[in-house]
Amino acid sequence: MVSDPERYAFWPYRDRPRIRWKNGARLAFWVAPNIEFYEYDPPRNPQRTPWPRPNPDVSGYSMRDYGNRVGHYRMMEAMDRYGVRGSVSLSVAMCQHHPEIIESCLERQWEFFSHGIYNTRYCYGMDEEQEKAIIQDAINTVREATGQTIAGWLAPALTHTERTFDLLAAAGIRYTCDLFQDDQPQPIRVREGRLISMPYSLEVNDVICYNSYLMSPRHYGDILKRQFDQLYLEGEDSGTVMCIPLHAYLVGHPHRIAAFADALRHITCHQDVWVTTAAEISDYYYANYYDTFSQLSYS
Amino acid sequence: MALDPEHLAYPKRRYGMDHDLYPWRNLFAEGPPTFADGTRLAVLITVPLEFFPLDPRGIPFRAPGSMVTPYPDFRHYTTRDYGNRVGIYRLLKVLEASSMKANVAINAAVAKRYPVLLRDILAAGHEPVAHGVDMDALHYGGMEEETEHRQIRESIDTLQEASGQPIAGWLSPAYSSSFLTPELLAAHGFRYTCDWSNDDMPYTIQTRKGDLTAVPISQELSDRRIIIDCHQSEDSMERQVRDQFEVLYSETSNQGARMLSLTLTPYISGLPFRIRTVASILASLLGEPGVRAMTGTELVEAYRPGRLEVHSSV
Repeated sequence: MVSDPERYAFWPYRDRPRIRWKNGARLAFWVAPNIEFYEYDPPRNPQRTPWPRPNPDVSGYSMRDYGNRVGHYRMMEAMDRYGVRGSVSLSVAMCQHHPEIIESCLERQWEFFSHGIYNTRYCYGMDEEQEKAIIQDAINTVREATGQTIAGWLAPALTHTERTFDLLAAAGIRYTCDLFQDDQPQPIRVREGRLISMPYSLEVNDVICYNSYLMSPRHYGDILKRQFDQLYLEGEDSGTVMCIPLHAYLVGHPHRIAAFADALRHITCHQDVWVTTAAEISDYYYANYYDTFSQLSYS
Repeated sequence: MALDPEHLAYPKRRYGMDHDLYPWRNLFAEGPPTFADGTRLAVLITVPLEFFPLDPRGIPFRAPGSMVTPYPDFRHYTTRDYGNRVGIYRLLKVLEASSMKANVAINAAVAKRYPVLLRDILAAGHEPVAHGVDMDALHYGGMEEETEHRQIRESIDTLQEASGQPIAGWLSPAYSSSFLTPELLAAHGFRYTCDWSNDDMPYTIQTRKGDLTAVPISQELSDRRIIIDCHQSEDSMERQVRDQFEVLYSETSNQGARMLSLTLTPYISGLPFRIRTVASILASLLGEPGVRAMTGTELVEAYRPGRLEVHSSV
């Protein structure tokens, strides 16, 4: 074990080279619906039990299932209303379980990236070959189901190993959502190839807001607006990224959807906001800023 | 060091669900589920009447609401019992004021201990729902089948005998159940279960012992979740129920029927400083055309599946 991930350099949040996003935008905005499958009777990882209660945790399972039966369509409708495409953090087994949901996203030209096979399978304890196998499984599964080549990764249930980032870059993955050290992308140190961190704004993730910080729906909607207002202001100096990570099983409830939709309305009515996907932000960053920033050093 | 290969084996990675209880359904698909009587939005109020023993074993966990301090925890025992003595009567009054019939989920222990209360519930026209033996007799994966069978038997027999009427609905204590619960419920003649919180309309659960209707009740839109777990205010709860109503009701204009489930716990909602807000919430739910309070059995009888809900035979 190491005391520091040793994956990225320290950059103070001042006087950085100026980022301007596409068409001069000062903020790149993306929405990351996590479209997940939680298993009814998953095996127990030695380091983490899949459910708080013994299998079957019908309470937890059925509450997740709500997202795929009901919440997804409500969430998607709210995003359609404001012209926001999703960048889907996908439990790739969804391609087998609920292809209708995958199809609904494809019709809207949403992006898919990988969130592992199931959100009840964890990487803790995997050896290199096993972790490579799930990365390749994700690439193959999404390619076969959608024709897309995944560009991004968010580890299943945020479970990692020390080699995750090296294996992602070696497999051709271009961005990771697993690191929360900044509101701008940053080149990540890897064994071979290139990788950047994509700001995923974990602190405004609906799971964190609703289940960790126990916010009310209107409070959640309010902090999304405040998060945007501040990043929009700062984006004048150098372009920022705002992500809204979502889970249909939470945000898709009737008592929560209006607060989310209202935040989307607030964000999308501003000028100079690039409403886009994670892969497009990543492509733009590699094309225009990767080289400059990878040489940046503060000592 | 590697993980056991079973962690990279996915035997249930297939179309639909990873179990055989029900097929996947998209509530928003064409030809949506409806109610035969034309109800657009059914309001299902669930009121649990729970007995929390002073000496819980906590197997496999202590139910939410159970004892907290070292024995004897008179503090939590009596605050819960307050709900069964005082809080429930406040709730009965506000339900009556709004002319609403509710599902009252009753532990067998409550039916046995407080026959007067059970009679009052029945006299008010509410539907008694079997809610297990007590809050320390949980159903869970890994329990003995015989034990679970006995608990279900005791729950339904006690409630049927005490109420003098057949019991159609089930809610597991603490929303906790086992792999066998659905088929044991079907085998005991239950018509519906409220254990699955995964939809805004009923659907069918299939078991080897027959079908059950799933009447999903929301664990999110409940006084326990909003007030106890999340520490939110009564006003916030009222706002959340209003938002829930508006979204569901607007969907019923062109996307089929919906149900709005709200759980009100006597020892939470029945407190003096909360009851007026609860009354105001209930009063706000009825009044629009096509909105009706329904009990579980009424929901099950009125429910008509959507066009695309094709159930394979088990």
